[in-house]
Amino acid sequence: MLQGSIARISGPVVYALDMRGSKLYDVVRVGDEQLNGEIIRLDADEAVIQVYEDTSGLKVGETVVNTGSPLSVELGPGIISSIYDGIQRPLPILMEKSGDFISRGITVPGVDRDRKWEFTASVNKGDALESGDVVGSVYEYHIEHKIMVPPHVSGTVTKIESGEFTVEDTVCTLDNDTNITLMQKWPVRIGRPYAKKLDPTLPLLTGQRIFDCIFPVTKGGTAMIPGGFGTGKTVSEQTLAKWADAQIVVYIGCGERGNEMTDVLTEFPELVDPRTQQPLIERTIMIANTSNMPVAAREASIYTGITMAEYYRDMGYDVALMADSTSRWGEALREVSGRLEEMPGEEGYPAYLATRLAAFYERAGGVVCLGSDGRAGSITVVGAVSPPGGDFSEPITQNTLRIAGAFWALDTSLAYRRHFPAVNWINSYSLYIESVQDWFAENIARDWRELRDKTMFLLQKEVELQEIVQLVGPDALPESEKAILEVTRMVREDFLQQSAFDEVDSFCPLEKQYWMLKAILTFHDAITDALSKGASLQQLLDLPVKTDIARMKEQEDVATIKGLLDKIDTSVASLEVAQ
Amino acid sequence: MTSPSLLTKEYKTINYVSGPLIFTENVKGVSFGETAKITLPNGEERTGQVLDVSRELAVIQVFEGTSGIDDLETRVRFTGEPPKIDVSLDMLGRIFDGVGNPRDGGPAIISEDSVDIAGTPINPYARDKPADFIQTGMSAIDGLNTLVRGQKLPIFSGSGLPANRLAAQIARQAKVLGEGENFAVIFAAMGITYKDASFFMTDFERTGALERVVFFMNLADDPTIERVATPRCALSVAEYLAYTHNLHVLVILTDMTNYCEALREISTAREEVPGRRGYPGYMYTDLASIYERAGRIKGKSGSITQIPILTMPDDDITHPVPDLTGYITEGQIVLSRDLYRRGVDPPIDALPCLSRLMNLGIGAEKTREDHRNVADQLYASYAYGRDLRRLVAIVGEEALTELDKKYLEFADEFERKFISQGDEDRNIETTFAIAWDLFSMLPEEELKRIKLDYIQKYHPVYKGKSRGTS
Repeated sequence: MLQGSIARISGPVVYALDMRGSKLYDVVRVGDEQLNGEIIRLDADEAVIQVYEDTSGLKVGETVVNTGSPLSVELGPGIISSIYDGIQRPLPILMEKSGDFISRGITVPGVDRDRKWEFTASVNKGDALESGDVVGSVYEYHIEHKIMVPPHVSGTVTKIESGEFTVEDTVCTLDNDTNITLMQKWPVRIGRPYAKKLDPTLPLLTGQRIFDCIFPVTKGGTAMIPGGFGTGKTVSEQTLAKWADAQIVVYIGCGERGNEMTDVLTEFPELVDPRTQQPLIERTIMIANTSNMPVAAREASIYTGITMAEYYRDMGYDVALMADSTSRWGEALREVSGRLEEMPGEEGYPAYLATRLAAFYERAGGVVCLGSDGRAGSITVVGAVSPPGGDFSEPITQNTLRIAGAFWALDTSLAYRRHFPAVNWINSYSLYIESVQDWFAENIARDWRELRDKTMFLLQKEVELQEIVQLVGPDALPESEKAILEVTRMVREDFLQQSAFDEVDSFCPLEKQYWMLKAILTFHDAITDALSKGASLQQLLDLPVKTDIARMKEQEDVATIKGLLDKIDTSVASLEVAQ
Repeated sequence: MTSPSLLTKEYKTINYVSGPLIFTENVKGVSFGETAKITLPNGEERTGQVLDVSRELAVIQVFEGTSGIDDLETRVRFTGEPPKIDVSLDMLGRIFDGVGNPRDGGPAIISEDSVDIAGTPINPYARDKPADFIQTGMSAIDGLNTLVRGQKLPIFSGSGLPANRLAAQIARQAKVLGEGENFAVIFAAMGITYKDASFFMTDFERTGALERVVFFMNLADDPTIERVATPRCALSVAEYLAYTHNLHVLVILTDMTNYCEALREISTAREEVPGRRGYPGYMYTDLASIYERAGRIKGKSGSITQIPILTMPDDDITHPVPDLTGYITEGQIVLSRDLYRRGVDPPIDALPCLSRLMNLGIGAEKTREDHRNVADQLYASYAYGRDLRRLVAIVGEEALTELDKKYLEFADEFERKFISQGDEDRNIETTFAIAWDLFSMLPEEELKRIKLDYIQKYHPVYKGKSRGTS
């Protein structure tokens, strides 16, 4: 094995000599403690290495060993419900080996080598297979984990058997002597191949009104959640991880708080997926690189996560990947770039920031997977962005904006008044509305698009009216415009606001969402009509049905909300009769 | 102090001195991050740490500053060990300087253990979920931004605002800390004045807590670079007390802005690419290595709760120091100059405050079932009232509807009765009673954030009588 020696140590970056023959991105073991690292620059016989662990104590002259292979993850049964660090070391095993605090130089396999899985073959001897074909499956909880022919491998089955196997056992042999095991390895910086990309048409349903009804994202789409601290990025990411209708969720805590990861770890086993009735943890993969863990591993954690997501996508599943927060990943790039003394771009970020961000987000998408059965899978990426000072003009926000299909801008002033999710409805947008409107029309209601657009129109109108009120006071407005202000207040408080911590309201089924919105807009139409017939606004606002609308969130029975529509019409009409 | 062994090599090869850094040439076998002892020509010994090492050169930051160091006679000796601090239960009641040497004239500590001050990250899997409510006796915190054991909740202050009084009051009243002998307070001062430090000391003395406090003092006239080590020393002792002796430790770090300035000074001296406002690009990571040392560990009964205090330069919450802090800590308590001028005491500006772990510490069995709803409603109503104030400034109060006038009054009363409390130590029930009294100022149908059941149960109207609050 290629071996060199340390020439210089500067924080997470180590310079090694006599490394000629190394490849870029080769994994190396650094120093006597064998710290994990990766080559990020080659210069004559000098290699520059980013080290995934704390470099304190390393000495000049200690050896560096090149393993000859790029940073890879192990893909096989046993990934689901695991919690890993940024380079796929299972944290529970690290704890077994080194106690409550993370020590250094520990190498542990990503998937359990000893556990046996019940493998059921689905092909026979003599079958011709191409890469991506499924040879059989094991069950990871309720999820059918398909064992696939790895990319760039094909051949005719010469031997296959069902039974109990570990991840390293051969379950299938091909005529060119390729052994297929339950596990495969894949380098994280290279996207896994697929047959073809698909245009997204299905919405990723989240049970969150502002996301589903107003700014939808598709399965295979990308969304970004930028916001200053305290605006609820992490709560939004966690809410999506809980309630999104994906079959697999990859949650990457990238440079964030340890206590929040603990929260996910303790909460997810107790929560039940409303669609499958299984515990949420049984579809979740977690990657935790907390803010005090080594910075280079933070850079890797995003790639580790998306490679696992691609693996499950290749089985034909819809995967949702939550990255909290991509800014910390960008900062890790900046820190390493600074140590390399590269020429800085905007705000000290390296010039290749935009390229790296785009390359990451482009690994999302709906695809036709490899394999002859033509199955389709998707990865939806939702990235949180933490702009310094809440200023969206900074490089990471701006570069992500160019790529992300849905922009959910979190607003500090909404957060201050505890309007959560604090998504600013004026600044946010979704490019997927056209893509999903047919689905909504077929599955929910013909007039979904119309309702949504009308809601947005009223909210936009509210902004204009508020400006007038700020100048001349509310008395200057005609009754019909005061009515709009009242209705938009209802939209904001009774529809857009949604508590992530309320038992009933934290998950709102799509049908309920639709009828809630419909009720508020029906109320708007009814009072506009009544006003034109001479009723007074105050009388209309005193109608008890308004309180019913305000309490819709707590209502679990959709029929009752539907019933409100008639109640609105009759109670407004009764007012007209009384006159 | 151990005397240098005969095998230890001393270098007289300093070739460059700049700001807090010295560069030593032709060094051998030096490890990254190790401690260096620097002996000045006059015999004085200083301590430094290796920041960068290559075959030719070691860059050392000197904690006590570089004045008096020359490039001829000054000798550098490498100890082969990272900066460590001796820890012991006997440290309680003692005063140390910023790097852990006794400052109170008392004897040296007989160490029970010696630990690396940089610490190592807690495995996220080993963390225990913080869930114990700490009653601070402050309505603005208990009611709206509940503190839980193992949380890091900073106070964002402005120059001249009474952050120290607030921190001292929390330390004094925090109920969960009052349970017998199993608590400790660690107080780390970074670049604060003697007066501020003595305020804390007097307050601890007055309440009889002094023998449960460990002081780390780096005052305004002490060496700047030492400040980089101060919070790390303090937290190393905190970890030792919490996880070895099972104490509940409250760590007060003040003032983090001074810490960040020391960090900037080193970064500038190293000619690194500066980030925002000249602070280094890695400041987020660096601050995280301090703040993330709060928490609880599974299977251990001790905990570390952090209350860092920082000064927002020019009251600007978007300044890098409060900004990066807010991104790492689990919420923040923000003080407002406006409220201070209006005599609200403590001048906590509720709107930008936040406690991210609040939901873990409140609810039926911990505080009360209506806690979340009450807090949300107070926020919503107060925020609306504050908006109206701005409107009134333009169009006058006459232009408001009757309902809006009630909201305006609500906002005033909220600041006067709920936030403002002076030295009073309120229990959580009193805090709720005040909140519900405030709600009775508003029409019942405006209380949309509160479940109907709770309104029926707790609203003064349904209790038959309205309770007095003053």
